[in-house]
Amino acid sequence: MIRFDSVGLHYGPTPSGQVGAEVLRDVTFAVPAGEFRWLLGPSGAGKTSMLRLMYLAVRPTRGRLGLMGVPIHEARRRDLPALRRRIGVVFQDFRLLPHLTAFDNVALPLRLAGRPEGQLRADVTEMLRWVGLARRIEARPAELSGGEQQRVAIARAVITRPALLLADEPTGNLDDEQAQRLMQLFNEMNRLGTTVIVATHNDALVQRHPAPALVLSHGRLIEDR
Amino acid sequence: MARSILRPTGFDELGLRRALSDRMLPFLVAAMAFLAALALAGWTGAAGLSRHWQEGAGSALTVQVPSPKAASARDGAERLPAVIALLTGTPGVASARALADDELSDLLRPWLGAGAERVSIPLPAVVAVQLSGKVDPVDLGRRVAAVAPGSLVEDHGVWIGRLSALARSLQACAGLALILVVAVAATVIAVATRAGLSARREAIEIVHGLGATDGYIAGRFAARATLLAAIGGLGGAILAAPVLLALARLAEPFGGAPREVDTIAGLLEALPPTLWLALPGLPLTAAVIGFLTAQGTVRRWLRQLP
Repeated sequence: MIRFDSVGLHYGPTPSGQVGAEVLRDVTFAVPAGEFRWLLGPSGAGKTSMLRLMYLAVRPTRGRLGLMGVPIHEARRRDLPALRRRIGVVFQDFRLLPHLTAFDNVALPLRLAGRPEGQLRADVTEMLRWVGLARRIEARPAELSGGEQQRVAIARAVITRPALLLADEPTGNLDDEQAQRLMQLFNEMNRLGTTVIVATHNDALVQRHPAPALVLSHGRLIEDR
Repeated sequence: MARSILRPTGFDELGLRRALSDRMLPFLVAAMAFLAALALAGWTGAAGLSRHWQEGAGSALTVQVPSPKAASARDGAERLPAVIALLTGTPGVASARALADDELSDLLRPWLGAGAERVSIPLPAVVAVQLSGKVDPVDLGRRVAAVAPGSLVEDHGVWIGRLSALARSLQACAGLALILVVAVAATVIAVATRAGLSARREAIEIVHGLGATDGYIAGRFAARATLLAAIGGLGGAILAAPVLLALARLAEPFGGAPREVDTIAGLLEALPPTLWLALPGLPLTAAVIGFLTAQGTVRRWLRQLP
């Protein structure tokens, strides 16, 4: 499912023409399809950069990256959108579209995938009900609390039943009960075959849900356990 | 609730209704369409004048025959009938007619006053020749002079050439103005699209990250730009129509019989068919320019995303 082979990443060039420092160096690991991994490490270790590589927001500047059998480092640009539609992402900052309602935000991936309107209504409504937002279906993000926005972001990430689910601090704005429900959802999706990668600082959450982890430090993978 | 159940027709996931203003862009495109209509009218008018001159003065000759009643050099008959016979027998000549005395007097009145016919000056006969084909005026002059020595053939060629060159220059200027208007319109739409891209960058990145193709995003922008450009083009065409009709009325004395514009048929005849076709073509052309410019601008911009 995911294969990193001596992957390096640096951002840039900046407007002044300078190439940024390498944020990931010689990262090598593989995650078979249908597995769960925690992605751990202190702030600035490179967790978000690694997730950005996995959800195809950037391409590696060095090494080889394979996702779902596609060599990303050499894939044609026009081949990537179809791959992105098979990846669900829960962002730390939610990344909801502010002018759309909760319903339209969650329905967006289905619409981009070409799902007929008549078929997506029930799925979107059910998903919003599951995350406890059945009464906020018409609310825009600005009218929702941080926790509610995060639940909309989660609903949007899983609505297409993606092959790969990536989450960056998904429980940061949730109370314990909501975090527990979210982990149940991730585990359920994982049980159904979705590969799940969750980046977090929440040690208690990791201890409650023991699973293999990728540990990063200063842009290097220091542990694959 | 009902609004979400069925996807709204104009579902605006990128928020383009705010990003691509429905006021400034149509206004600017309307101004360009108005200028394009004027340039088209200039083009059509110059072409019409050129054709009118070519078909009118260009297809006529004047032959002056001095001492028209004297004996001709060929068979001793009077020179004027002999010249007319020669002219009517020449291939490419449709008709040859000697001007009557009162017509000659009318021609000379500006120089000799109302009593021109009483002035005892030997006047040449003037033959108006209408051509139906190509005639070499030099060769014709030589042959006429052989029958009636001293006769002159005037073909207006120099003036027709100069007027045609002027008309062609006017046409070229109108064409250049049209090209510039199209280029400015495309630039205005490109600038508006780029402003929209900057304003909606975050939304575009989110939709791109969710798997939208370049074609999908460019299509959203192009649909909006096409609509706004078409509205602008329609506004410009509607504004231009009365101005063109007023100009056509001013140009009537140069283009033939006056037309009555109070009736539908008269209104339709007041402008050349080319212009009547061009006016509804303006919103269509504006829409095509809007579509192509937005598609090109957005697709080029999207290349910076992975």
